[in-house]
Amino acid sequence: MSYMKKPQFRHPHIVENDIGFTRRDYEGGMSTLCAGCGHDSISSAIMQAVFELSIEPHRIVKLSGIGCSSKTPTYFLGKSHGFNSVHGRMPSIATGANLANKDLFYLGVSGDGDSASIGLGQFAHVIRRRLNMLYIIENNGAYGLTKGQSSATADVGSRSKKGETNIYNPIDVVSLAIDMGATFVARSFSGDKEQLVPLIKAGLMHPGFAFIDCLSPCVTFNDHVGSTKSYDFIREHNRAVNKTDFIPMKNEITANYPEGATEVIRSHDGSELRLQKLESEYNPVNRAAALDQVVRARQSGTVLTGLFYVDTEANDLHSVLNTSSKPLNQLNKNQLCPESDKLKSINESLR
Amino acid sequence: MHSESVVNDFVVKFANVNGSGSASANHLFAKAVFRSGVPVSPRNIFPSNIQGLPTWYEVRVSEKGYTGRRGGADIVVAMNAQTFFDDVNEVESGGYLIYDSTKPTDVGVLRDDVTFLGIPLMDICLHEFGNITQRHLFKNIVYVGALCALLNMELGIFKNLIKEQFKGKEKLVKPNEKALDIGFQYAHDQLGGPIDFRVERRDLLSNKILMEGNDALGLGAVYGGATVVGWYPITPSTSVVEAFSKYADQFRVDEGTGEQLFSIVQAEDELSAIGMAIGANWSGARAFTATSGPGISLMSEFLGLAYFAEIPLVLFNIQRGGPSTGLPTRTQQSDVVSCAFASHGDTKQILLFPSSPTECFEFSAQSFDLADRLQTPVIVLSDLDLGMNDWCCDELQWDDSREFDRGKVLDAAGLDAVENWGRYRDVDSDGICYRTYPGAHSSKGAYFTRGTSHDSDARYTESGAAYVENVERLLRKYETSKKYIPKPIIDYTEGKKTSYGIIYYGSTEPALRESLDELLEGDLPLNALRIRSFPLHAEVYEFIEQHKTIFVVEQNRDAQMRQLIISQQNVDMSKLVPILHFDGTPITERFISNAIKDYLDPKVMPFSLGQGKRAI
Repeated sequence: MSYMKKPQFRHPHIVENDIGFTRRDYEGGMSTLCAGCGHDSISSAIMQAVFELSIEPHRIVKLSGIGCSSKTPTYFLGKSHGFNSVHGRMPSIATGANLANKDLFYLGVSGDGDSASIGLGQFAHVIRRRLNMLYIIENNGAYGLTKGQSSATADVGSRSKKGETNIYNPIDVVSLAIDMGATFVARSFSGDKEQLVPLIKAGLMHPGFAFIDCLSPCVTFNDHVGSTKSYDFIREHNRAVNKTDFIPMKNEITANYPEGATEVIRSHDGSELRLQKLESEYNPVNRAAALDQVVRARQSGTVLTGLFYVDTEANDLHSVLNTSSKPLNQLNKNQLCPESDKLKSINESLR
Repeated sequence: MHSESVVNDFVVKFANVNGSGSASANHLFAKAVFRSGVPVSPRNIFPSNIQGLPTWYEVRVSEKGYTGRRGGADIVVAMNAQTFFDDVNEVESGGYLIYDSTKPTDVGVLRDDVTFLGIPLMDICLHEFGNITQRHLFKNIVYVGALCALLNMELGIFKNLIKEQFKGKEKLVKPNEKALDIGFQYAHDQLGGPIDFRVERRDLLSNKILMEGNDALGLGAVYGGATVVGWYPITPSTSVVEAFSKYADQFRVDEGTGEQLFSIVQAEDELSAIGMAIGANWSGARAFTATSGPGISLMSEFLGLAYFAEIPLVLFNIQRGGPSTGLPTRTQQSDVVSCAFASHGDTKQILLFPSSPTECFEFSAQSFDLADRLQTPVIVLSDLDLGMNDWCCDELQWDDSREFDRGKVLDAAGLDAVENWGRYRDVDSDGICYRTYPGAHSSKGAYFTRGTSHDSDARYTESGAAYVENVERLLRKYETSKKYIPKPIIDYTEGKKTSYGIIYYGSTEPALRESLDELLEGDLPLNALRIRSFPLHAEVYEFIEQHKTIFVVEQNRDAQMRQLIISQQNVDMSKLVPILHFDGTPITERFISNAIKDYLDPKVMPFSLGQGKRAI
């Protein structure tokens, strides 16, 4: 419905979050994606998560590459700065922006073409560098804007709308992220907001590189029988390893969880991740075990979702580089520019 | 043979094997000439290799201050058996060849106009040094000691340099001094002492320094306030980032906390390197990247984004030779056109052309002001000759009252003070709009940066009219840039009228200045204009208008600056005669002077456009 303007109507009893913002403050422009697109559900989950976290919109930086998914940052958080960069290169832009100002939240939105094909290198390397950001791949196994070609995450045997069967091995972005050293790795489904919203909240607050592979069916080009990225296929094969709840530090914990089935993971800042275990043997703080689970599920044709791995000791690029606690973009001439007497001594050393 | 000795005007060429430790010994010699107060220009001619291939190091000594490459050599130190015969041929008539005479050879028969001076270097080092590494390395120091005696230089200067070099590693001073003494003594006792070429102490360098252009660019970036560097290693640009790192470690570490007031990230490739620099500049930190050759091609897409989305960016391009991998360790000025129009679509970039390390320092610091002011990439085009060799240049200066020009940026107070802000609204009619950094204001100033076509409020649009309005404003901004970028420098020959002019830029400077003197001496006065930036100023076209013939001297095959001159304004093309040097070695005075004399000599015909490198 991209031709419609959003109504300005404001409900008299609209709910405000802790800092006095309403959901409307986290909205963006009207979506121009196809009706029913999974990506729009993810945008909505992002808005809900940021609203619930009570983060002021201007403290979020939205970044994307090129593709349907990369268009979505226009459709949420309209009061945040956004950067729609070039195809597959969002991670490097995010790296530079984050280096310049460590005090903001960085949210990268990418697609399977953007991250698993043209941008696979940048995707792998931004993980290696432990950039403090939440990176979401809106994964539908197909190229939308160029009309339905299979992407690098399409499963072998999966059929495109035109009837072509994918013959190439899929790249599993989740196992790649775990292997490259991501300190928060999850998979979710655009159709399961209950699972997705807490993951986005936890990912945004994670003090290192957080990754969510979010399956997001393409209703126009990849939602048919024979596709392994369709709504029906994912619903039929989805198996969640756990259910997450994120409790920010400042909230008093009142929720009532059944003993034994819930694992509490505490972060440095006092926030808590509460995982309701759906599979008793699953332990999300063990990287090798996480990788093992993910690979086994892939082999069995199961669409495994949930929080697979989290490192409670996570740190980020700034701590590795030991950069200034004051953001680099706020340093002034006196802090940055040596005085002329220093230059005199350099001149002397060059004679 | 010379009837009398040649003082402070000759070339020494060292022929070595790459990886044999010769470079630091040869540099020691060049620095000793500098310490003698005599202008000197060392040039390292090296292969794309770590060990084994031939490498040369030329040191030109010139009392007149001619520091361009001269060509030829008066004294050759031939330490490489692979290239020995070529090196013998390289010696100018009346010159000297120094070689390792450990194994008896009858080299004298090779040239009867050259004096052969044998030093049993291997034998000496075998007897004098116990350690195998030292036996190899000190051969180099022994021949430097011998040169000191042969050129009648002061041994004390060399010994002081050794002491400075090994400060903190005093154990190494003694054996180095010993090697120097041995070489000195041998040349003195066995080779008859000083030869016909001499270095005599002068006091010509009181305000000069010996510095590499890349070192100066890195230092300039520290002074210019750069805090984020994304980079990918590539010759010959790597040492720009190494220099930034060295000076940042010195000046940018908080004394109290030990925190770094800068960040350097080695990226996975050039695309990522420039992406980081763009992201950081977008977010309000000064950031740069440095690259060469193929790196420019790889960065082109992002250069288009930064141009179109109007993000400041500083890019140092240390040009090397050739298309593709080309001549990775040789020098050219062959990225001029590709940088001027880097990226697809209608794109125009700002270029700066420094011609000395002093100017590298100034342009580097200034480029951050220009990028912020003009909200667009600024590409500083240096080259391998300027970047990786020590140039004898004016000392560096800095005015402490100078402030950073961050350009048109609205902070929270600024946003509160304006109504109806839009990212791409040209409110001042100079093509430059007001930008905001992420997080600047709690409710104003957010916008969506994109490489897609956008309206004046940064909204996506496919409207043809909005596109045209936007790109025409970019042209206005490009025109505005001429007010800020360095103007050309014009030298009119004093007291002589001439209808001939020369246009040149960058590292051609020293050879060209020498050529102007040489041609003037032959009663051929020429006026000269040095281009220092692109887009070109009106002065360039006025200069062309004033002359009958303009020689455009460049170090590339396709007369790239000439192409730019023609592309920007109506001009009589036939007036512009290209003088093109592109074999990968630095251009020489001889080459320029000969090409111009040939062009003007009616007996030498025809002189076609794009003729290229002519025999020296």
